Amino acid sequence: MRAHRGLVLAGGLAATAIALSGCTASPGDDDTLTVYVGRAESLVGPLIEQFEEETGIQVEARYAATPELTALVLEEGDRTPAEVFLSQDAGALGALSDADLVTEIPADLADQIPAGFTSTDGSWVGVTGRARVLAYDSEQLTEDQVPSTVDDLTADEWGGQVAFAPGNASFQSFITALRVLEGEEAAAEWVAGMADNEPELTENNLASLDLVNTGQAQIGLINHYYWYRQAAEVGAGNMRAQLKFLPGDPGGIVNVTGAAILKGAADDADARAFVEFLISEQAQRYFVEETFEYPLLPGIDAPEGLPALESLVNPGLDLSDLHSVGESQRLLADNGLI
Amino acid sequence: MTAAATTTPRRPWGLVAASLAAVALAAIPVVHLIVRVASADPAELTAVFERPRIPLLVGNSVLLAASVTATAVALGVPSAFLLARARLRWRGMWAVLAALPLAMPSYLAAYGWLAWQPSMRGFWAAWLVLSFVSVPYVTLPVAAALRIGSTGLDDVARTLGRGPLGSFMLGTWPQIRPAVLAGALLVCLYTLSDFGGVALFRFPVLTTAIQQAYSASFSRDEAAVLAVILVSLALLVVVGEQFARGRAARRIQAAPSVGRRRMTRLGPWTVPAVGLLVLVPAVAVVVPVAVLLGRVLTAETLQAFEFAELGTALANTVLLSAGGAVVAVLLALPIGILAARHRGRLVRGIESAGYLALGLPGIVVGLSLVFFSLSVVPALYQTALVLAFGYGVLFMPKAIGSIRSATGQVPVSLEDVSRTLGNSRARTWWAVTARLARPGIFAAALLAAVSAMKELPATLMLRPTGTDTLATELWQRTDISAYGAAAPYAVALLLVAAVPAFLLSDARAGREATREAIA
Repeated sequence: MRAHRGLVLAGGLAATAIALSGCTASPGDDDTLTVYVGRAESLVGPLIEQFEEETGIQVEARYAATPELTALVLEEGDRTPAEVFLSQDAGALGALSDADLVTEIPADLADQIPAGFTSTDGSWVGVTGRARVLAYDSEQLTEDQVPSTVDDLTADEWGGQVAFAPGNASFQSFITALRVLEGEEAAAEWVAGMADNEPELTENNLASLDLVNTGQAQIGLINHYYWYRQAAEVGAGNMRAQLKFLPGDPGGIVNVTGAAILKGAADDADARAFVEFLISEQAQRYFVEETFEYPLLPGIDAPEGLPALESLVNPGLDLSDLHSVGESQRLLADNGLI
Repeated sequence: MTAAATTTPRRPWGLVAASLAAVALAAIPVVHLIVRVASADPAELTAVFERPRIPLLVGNSVLLAASVTATAVALGVPSAFLLARARLRWRGMWAVLAALPLAMPSYLAAYGWLAWQPSMRGFWAAWLVLSFVSVPYVTLPVAAALRIGSTGLDDVARTLGRGPLGSFMLGTWPQIRPAVLAGALLVCLYTLSDFGGVALFRFPVLTTAIQQAYSASFSRDEAAVLAVILVSLALLVVVGEQFARGRAARRIQAAPSVGRRRMTRLGPWTVPAVGLLVLVPAVAVVVPVAVLLGRVLTAETLQAFEFAELGTALANTVLLSAGGAVVAVLLALPIGILAARHRGRLVRGIESAGYLALGLPGIVVGLSLVFFSLSVVPALYQTALVLAFGYGVLFMPKAIGSIRSATGQVPVSLEDVSRTLGNSRARTWWAVTARLARPGIFAAALLAAVSAMKELPATLMLRPTGTDTLATELWQRTDISAYGAAAPYAVALLLVAAVPAFLLSDARAGREATREAIA
């Protein structure tokens, strides 16, 4: 009898689950704006609430990691319910653009973000900047012992001491920058040198930072804001890892998060309003205060304690050149890193 | 138990048709993969195979799956013996403890261990955590088989001069061997497809490479090639298990399925026995949970915790996983019954195909169902229905074994009596077979439900926009390293997944056995 009741219960629950599906707004609904957000809800959710309050536009936000969401949109193709994609990195937006899934950002919006931090063809617009940095274990190293260029990391003394995430998009963007700035030969030499040096390979930036924080690795190649987020959780005074910025070095380039409007929403005023909001002064200040990223709208100060964005800009680098990430992956694959 | 003896010769084509339909639905991810690989640029495909890392990834996957399976069997069979056949106090509690690791997602267990021992990495770390969280897949079915089986043959062997172990191997082992194989199959496929546990310990396997291919390169073709390699490995495992089970079935034709069951006195073995029963849940659950709770206490900033949010995620988790369990059982029923009652190449093929989705990582199944639902039922895309269906496809294999063995234990003679009394085949199935096999069918649903509760990547792909489950809320927080804020969700997920695990532990059977032992 007990099992029988259980089956009935399970059936009832299933029926409720099906009923539940009727309650959710159908995708592509006209009164709501569907936004795919490749970042955590706790970071972006409050900002979206501000947008809803101010404009009266209802947002259906779908949160997942940027790679998963990008794979999702590529699979959905032109049937995607997404109208705006807010990505954690420029590479994902480039992939959507390459698949011809996005529409051009109106010039009056795109032009507000300085060249170098946004797409060259208007396929997406930069929202915030993220600097590549070296995280180092402050119990094993002083700041001057930490190299000020990634070129030095292939030296024997760093054997087994460097952590990075070879499959991570930001890391691969850095490799691409290395290729663009120092040439294919130098980049290939660097990757081979690093592979020989038995690096600690991780799944993501956070894992690399954890290795440095626990003394498992002396140096980690990460994005700057991971440190600030973790410091907010455990207290800055408890951070064993410290950051060294690398102005002018390929290892210290500034990458961006950005937004794209999907093709199906080409004429959608709500989608435009949302992108406009993301690069408004209000949203830019929100990112500075809550996510510790660089604002890209001119005239807004960077988070406290960070070197000025201008000091990190790499004049030789056009972010749209980072599209050739496929070549970088081949390089990493040939050296057995991915 | 006496599978071969209960086989009926005629093949009911209605059942075969229903099984084929279920297999067709369950095979969507595999078919999708094959179509994608077939239509990809051949140069890109060969480039994948030329990567120097591929042999390492395949080798690591095989090594991990084999060693985790062996460990789960080595720990699970003695545990099952203790639960079902030993005179032990607090039998119900031990049964619940033995099932508890089922509630633990591998990523959570790995995270807990890592937070305590940051230097854990590589093969041994992945082996430890995956082995211990998967022991119940062996313990539960084997304990159930031991409770049904008899010790009559053991006793005969003892009187003929065999030692305790020798007589066990002669008398009891053949009776539990199908259950051991079924459990080992689940463990092996689970290990092949797991991502979270191996990724945290930085042990490179095929699933981590598949995830990377989606993550950075956005090359879905490359990911598909890697997934095809993975599913080929899964196919080898499934066929291997069927081969081993087929031989076992022939050998036990004469084994009695009913008879006296003797309870073993442990004597000086009590301490190591209790040690084993404590060790598994301690490694899989107690250590990681304790460490996680420790993180909550030491976190400097606790974000505002909203009970309403937790409540919604909890309700969604329960509803969606229940829906998934129903779909899984509906898909698995015809296959399980067919496999229990019939033999032949067609039946074997259907059963194998039913198992394959379990060897695929959730992200692959998720993406294939995105494509499928958009092409076939676009109106249902991103509804709870598609997500529940996705869970059904992913976890149907976990239901097949339980349904097959439960059906196999219903004597065919009872069905024959019903048919002679003029009942139709369907009515006989409902009134006789389903009634007697009900505990097994219920167990199948519970197993699918507990797996669905923990599932993350397919949930992220398929869930309705704006719908959060405990697993997605947990991901949201760990992704930004807000471990303090993540802990309540981790605990809630464990507690809710512990309910089906508790029901699966068959505490009732434990209590009955206790009464027998005392009487």
